Amino acid sequence: MKFSLSWLRTHLDTTATLDQITDTLTMIGLEVEAVENQADALAPFKIAHIIEATAHPNADRLRVCRVDTGAGEVSVVCGAPNARTGMKAVFAPPGAFIPGSNITLKIGEIRGIQSAGMLLSAREMGLGDEHDGIVDLPADAPIGLAYGDYAGLNDPIIEVGLTPNRGDAFAVRGIARDLAAAGLGTLRPFTPAPIAGQGASAIVWQNDFPAACPWILGRTVRGVANGPSPDWLQKRLLSIGLRPINILADITNFFTIDLGRPLHVFDADKVAGSLLRLRHGEGETFRGLHGKDVTASAEDCVIADANGAQSLAGIVGGEATSCDETTTNVFIECALFDPVRIALSGQRHAIHSDARQRFERGIDPALLPAALDAATAMIIDLCGGTASQTTEAGAEPAWQRTATMRLDQLSAFGGVDIEPATAIDRLTRLGFTQAAQTEHSITVNVPSWRNDVAAPFSLDQYPDLDPARATQAAQAAAIIEPERDLIEEILRLGGMDAIPAVSLPVNHLIPAVSLTAKQARIALARRTLAARGLAECVTFSFLDTATATLFAATPESPRVANPIAADLDHMRPTSIATLALIAGRNIARGLPDIAVFEIGPSWPNAAQSLTAAGLRAGSTPLSWLAPARVTDALDAKADALATLAALGVPLEALSFTPDAPAYYHPGQSGLIRQGPKTILASFGTLHPRITTALDLPAETIAFEINLDAVAEPKRRRKSAPDLPSLQPLRRDFAFLVDAATPAETLLRAARGAERQLITNVTLFDRYEGDKIPAGQTSLAIAVTLQPREKTLTDPEIEAISQKIIAAITKATNGTLRR
Amino acid sequence: MNHDLSNLTQDALRRIAQTADLRALDDIRVAILGKSGTLTGILKSLGALDPDARRALGAAVNEAKTSLTQALDDKRAALQAAALDAKLAQERIDISLPARPDAQGSIHPISRTIEELTAIFGAMGFTVKEGPDIEDDWYNFSALNIPSHHPARAMMDTFYISSTSNVPPVLRTQTSPMQIRTMLAEPPPIRIIVPGRTYRADHDATHSPMFHQCEGLVIDRGITLGHLKGCLSDFLRVYFDNPSLPVRFRASYFPFTEPSMEVDIGWSRKTGEIGKGDDWLEILGSGMVHPRVLANCGIDPSIYQGFAFGMGIERITMLKHGINDLRLFYESDLRWLRHYGFSPLAPANFHEGL
Repeated sequence: MKFSLSWLRTHLDTTATLDQITDTLTMIGLEVEAVENQADALAPFKIAHIIEATAHPNADRLRVCRVDTGAGEVSVVCGAPNARTGMKAVFAPPGAFIPGSNITLKIGEIRGIQSAGMLLSAREMGLGDEHDGIVDLPADAPIGLAYGDYAGLNDPIIEVGLTPNRGDAFAVRGIARDLAAAGLGTLRPFTPAPIAGQGASAIVWQNDFPAACPWILGRTVRGVANGPSPDWLQKRLLSIGLRPINILADITNFFTIDLGRPLHVFDADKVAGSLLRLRHGEGETFRGLHGKDVTASAEDCVIADANGAQSLAGIVGGEATSCDETTTNVFIECALFDPVRIALSGQRHAIHSDARQRFERGIDPALLPAALDAATAMIIDLCGGTASQTTEAGAEPAWQRTATMRLDQLSAFGGVDIEPATAIDRLTRLGFTQAAQTEHSITVNVPSWRNDVAAPFSLDQYPDLDPARATQAAQAAAIIEPERDLIEEILRLGGMDAIPAVSLPVNHLIPAVSLTAKQARIALARRTLAARGLAECVTFSFLDTATATLFAATPESPRVANPIAADLDHMRPTSIATLALIAGRNIARGLPDIAVFEIGPSWPNAAQSLTAAGLRAGSTPLSWLAPARVTDALDAKADALATLAALGVPLEALSFTPDAPAYYHPGQSGLIRQGPKTILASFGTLHPRITTALDLPAETIAFEINLDAVAEPKRRRKSAPDLPSLQPLRRDFAFLVDAATPAETLLRAARGAERQLITNVTLFDRYEGDKIPAGQTSLAIAVTLQPREKTLTDPEIEAISQKIIAAITKATNGTLRR
Repeated sequence: MNHDLSNLTQDALRRIAQTADLRALDDIRVAILGKSGTLTGILKSLGALDPDARRALGAAVNEAKTSLTQALDDKRAALQAAALDAKLAQERIDISLPARPDAQGSIHPISRTIEELTAIFGAMGFTVKEGPDIEDDWYNFSALNIPSHHPARAMMDTFYISSTSNVPPVLRTQTSPMQIRTMLAEPPPIRIIVPGRTYRADHDATHSPMFHQCEGLVIDRGITLGHLKGCLSDFLRVYFDNPSLPVRFRASYFPFTEPSMEVDIGWSRKTGEIGKGDDWLEILGSGMVHPRVLANCGIDPSIYQGFAFGMGIERITMLKHGINDLRLFYESDLRWLRHYGFSPLAPANFHEGL
């Protein structure tokens, strides 16, 4: 909401400075968002007298002016055709910035004559498009006075960001009232003289939708002359960015801003019949004053004449019945509309009008008669005419209510000691009147304009609450809420800074753990992956449908109904999808070696799951020590396993199956499983379909750990460590197995061959090639034997070796290489 | 004999001194002290002498043997040291060669800030809650005293999830729904923070359709507005590492709190320095939990009261680290991540310093 300081002063009698006013507004909850003063840019421009204007000796179109600036005489070369001897003009000295030309003036010489300044046109001052010449001021304009002051432009415009609860502050008068209550002057009285009116109104109301409009007033004014508004009214509207239209329209806009009281004026001669009906919309369409067609539904309240709907009540008027220059008879509408219905209608039609803004926040229900009289008086004053008596439908609603506050709550809830007298004084200045007082509490009448205080409300309680508990809470809320409303008002006017800050009492000197075990494990996963060289990313949870489809989105994975852009309309089925997108962007930037991860939500189906996903592309770092190596699926497996190990998952118990999701290369990917059902992770090379579509290298690898599936590790005390005193020994074996045999089968068989003595089995070589039969693979393992009670003899070692060979042969059908 | 012994010793010592390699030194040792060495020969001949002469010569021979053995040992050590020096000189490498490369990973600044929030509020007895990104309308709005016609709904630019329901689920516009879920799930006292993803249909230089908020909620008996101010001032001063950071509270409005306050911190608009200059910067929203919100969750507002607050995680991260472009948080430019990322080995905690 914007208003000018001079406008504010029509309601507020104050000696406060602009800074005091803006600081106070911000501290009492009417946050100042901007203060602008047109005069600031005009400050260097002073009124000057052209002593003499003569033709430039060297240029036909230029004049040389002797200018009295009030601070001495200077010579100015001027190109304006209207510069003449004796004229009062606006002078800009050297050094001044000319907003209309975007230049800073310097003393110059034009065709051999010095020019020490400039005589300005309105356009050069940034005040409109007028460029017929320099500003021509009346002869009595005082020399040396700043033009901004002379033209009444020295009027700061204040813009406040209003919160939705303060319908009363959507008015210059409401803001003045709050400032007066905060101690910055006094509110000027507003008591328009009642207008009796002559004869009955030619148009009368009929209210067929009282739920939307409890009370409506109106009257005709006959014999008006419409036209452009007087200067003061135009300036007032222009100062806050409203375009003057004509007197009648400008008056309605004026009261909307001045009193927060939207009005509408019909051209009475364009209204068909003598009845204006408030009724439900009937699907009819009319052209609104905002230049668009409005089709009113049964939920909307319209104002209709014999021809149908002419106005979307409280939101936008209609073009067909609006006033223009030819209007001579008018009908003024002054209504009270239901805020919720206005809000819902406004949302449905997506119309944001000043009227809607005020009605949906709630206007002063007691102000209607006075506002109608004030508007009528202004119409008669500016347009002439004769007013009729008022016509009305409905009645002033019973808005009167009280609010009670226990005095001790200022400290018990507000945290500050405020004398009861101070508290009562603040409420009184806001317009509350005292209804009752006891030793412990005060009861006040709520002013009509404060529909946010002690307002009736309905709760929206959780449906499954215990009924007794729900009722108790609801009854308490009904008592507490008016009290809180009053406390808020009292604290607000004193400034929240007046409340002493108190540190939260700590229940325990040593704080308890703030993360759950799962949250702590997620933090550990994050650190593990970062420590492995991956950069953590935060990518969007949504992406385009095409990419989502590539990554096996199911019909169940959620979509955004109203996406901000077409490429952000599908909740990601896996975080690998958005990592792939950012990998592509980095590669396009010339950063080909990618190692990234993200911990976040994804929606493989309707349910949200939390995963740690990673993606690598490109090569290991270039080095003279070892050739760079392209990442492969087993790098992804290593990332996944390292993370699972850090999370306390016992790796020995994991199994690996080749049935990874379809976005992986079917032959280079797998699932990491724990037990028969739990899938902990997937890993592998991305499917070529995806790498091609997203411009990624073919060897792009990824993994995804399902953090929801990782069980909390058992917190058992560790058993005593196994620290045998005898030296372990190593025996190596190589086997020829069928190429399709998983290495895991062989390793498991070796480990299981002799549980007591074999402590480790490591695959250290794998060979396929022309030295062995086709279709076979050679796998070489190192087995660590740990003697327990005594050193192993050669026959014992031989016996164990035979056991190993037998176990592997049995499990893999392979043969020992000799 | 004595004279011979003396000559022999002198001669041997001279030869030892002149020797330049270990093999020659061993030859000398064998020639003097070996089985048929010269000194050994003299020792063998002692048996033939009379006792007095034997004693005298014996002592002299032993003395010569001791000094020669010592000389041999010293020389051997010296030659071995020289040989090792020579060998090591041979093994010299170019220590200016680049070391084996190590991959550098990093923690995203948003995660870091969440960790710091957790540490600071954790010290004040808060625990961390998380909730679903897709929320029911009731949790995100209605329960928080934002009915469907409320102007605050229009301000939030809500994303809706496609649904056959006439009240479709939403992508949560705030982390506040976790206030509701927590109050329904556990009885007071409550002290929680809720860092997490939030979504609003707004996309420009200073707004992202996805961003992060951190909600806070304290519910107990006897919690006052003074505690709200104390808790948030304490947090801000620790987070920005400035015990005298100016903190200002001014009246505002949120549907789910009453009274509501915006919190500003002192900064310099000109330099962007936090805690310096005469300007104020809005940093978070807060207020006393609205009695309707408590009652919607079945909590009796005449017994329990408390406060709630919410802040933008990106915003406080940008301010703390001087990051000036919001969009780059999600762009995942590897150079940006490397520049602003944090070491995984230095998590936020109080005993090492935040």
